[in-house]
Amino acid sequence: MLPMASFDVVSPETVEDAVRALAAPGARLLAGGTDLLPTLKRRLTAPSRLVSLHRVAELREVRVDEEARMVRIGAGMTLARLIREPAVATRFPSLAHALGTVASPQIRNSATLGGNVHLDTRCRYVDQSAFWRESLGGCLKSDGDTCHVVPKGKRCVAALSADSVPVLVALGASLRLVSAEGERIVPLEEYYSSDGVRHIGAAPGELCTEVQVPMANGLRRTAYVKWRPRASIDFPLVSVALRFDLQDGEDGEGGGAIAAAHVVAGALAAKPRRIRIPEAVIGRRVDEAEVATMVADAAFAQCKPLPNLPYDPDYRRKLTRVLTRRAMANLLRPPAERPR
Amino acid sequence: MSGQSVLLSMRVNDAVVEVAVKPHHTLLDVLRDRLDLTGTKQGCDTGDCGVCTVQLDGEPVLSCLVLAIQAEGREVRTIEGIGGAEPHPVQDALDRHDAAQCGYCMPGIVLSAEHLLRTTGREVDREEVAQALAGNLCRCTGYVKILDAVVDASQITAKDTAKDSTPPGSGST
Repeated sequence: MLPMASFDVVSPETVEDAVRALAAPGARLLAGGTDLLPTLKRRLTAPSRLVSLHRVAELREVRVDEEARMVRIGAGMTLARLIREPAVATRFPSLAHALGTVASPQIRNSATLGGNVHLDTRCRYVDQSAFWRESLGGCLKSDGDTCHVVPKGKRCVAALSADSVPVLVALGASLRLVSAEGERIVPLEEYYSSDGVRHIGAAPGELCTEVQVPMANGLRRTAYVKWRPRASIDFPLVSVALRFDLQDGEDGEGGGAIAAAHVVAGALAAKPRRIRIPEAVIGRRVDEAEVATMVADAAFAQCKPLPNLPYDPDYRRKLTRVLTRRAMANLLRPPAERPR
Repeated sequence: MSGQSVLLSMRVNDAVVEVAVKPHHTLLDVLRDRLDLTGTKQGCDTGDCGVCTVQLDGEPVLSCLVLAIQAEGREVRTIEGIGGAEPHPVQDALDRHDAAQCGYCMPGIVLSAEHLLRTTGREVDREEVAQALAGNLCRCTGYVKILDAVVDASQITAKDTAKDSTPPGSGST
């Protein structure tokens, strides 16, 4: 049993009240709790007050905004509800797939999209009991000044482990952050830093209310690759999101050829990594074996996993290439296009 | 003041319950230690094993990862609230298939399986059961009899659903 230290909980009913409650010193947000409670139980954080968002109904809306050409997803939507949400499943199949691979059914019923985007970084030297960590003298993320992953390292390399993040970055998503001072919109790709202790770009007192996902402007193919030892529950040890925008037009006249490629990897260090894809794939077709090899080789060359997560880093690296190539042969298309 | 008790009101197994809780108490703490509903088990306490599964507003959640006060005004169902004078078809099938060994995971498995059968309302296959039970670890068995039992139970509950529904043959609930 891992009892938590005591704290207060306030349960506001509006975003405005939540932001006000969050301004108190030592306050922290509580959404679904499936990541925060283990962190509290392992004594990795000690807030004096939690601001629970479970009563804030306005965070649980999904709006298709045709004018702005985006889907506005309330940060408090649970993963299980989002997977069933037609606006998500039909428009963003790789996102629905990724959310369906998060942890277990019970956790997806509690966990929220906002919570997944703000998931704490993970490391095999951190996700342990306080007793276990103390026996090693702590680390950069846990009351110490050494790193057990990168000897002499001065910056924490705990890994971004949220399944939604690589997919949302590949889709060009942004976050809406609200504070007492007002609100701002931040592209998700610019939201994270490479410091595993403080990888989140929100300022103290800011509340993420909405994840904004732009709609496709034409044909596209997407995928999400995830590997972990137990498919039933584990966090990703390999994580790659793919998105290929295709040219309009008839077959044989460039229709269906790749117009743009967005490939983003997670589970490496604290921020998602955009994989540079060779220009040579532009104008080619996604189902060409040579294109699949080029994309998989680029992922292999640019993803160098560290021993921050379980399993041999070289094995995870080789798996990145294999799984990316397989994903290229199995790219998802929106359900509306499937009968073709 | 930090950590002062608050009065929590929720429905547990169809009865309104009022109980004073500490803000840092989990729903699992309150069910077991304050309400004496010890059918819900404690395992890893960090969300990996699923033995603490209960239903919150009808959906399976891990009671070790829900603060008790997050259940304010909501409907909680525990293993004590499944089945009445007769066991629920899932419980009956698990018994007939000898699916339990030590039994520690069974309350959680019953709550996940009951949700699957209630929300589908039809006969389910082994793959669907495996998906629904993905968050419930069993360290004794190889899951074979558990999967068989839940598939078997779905054949029984699907017939009951068909009988209850009107007009006949509509298949909806």
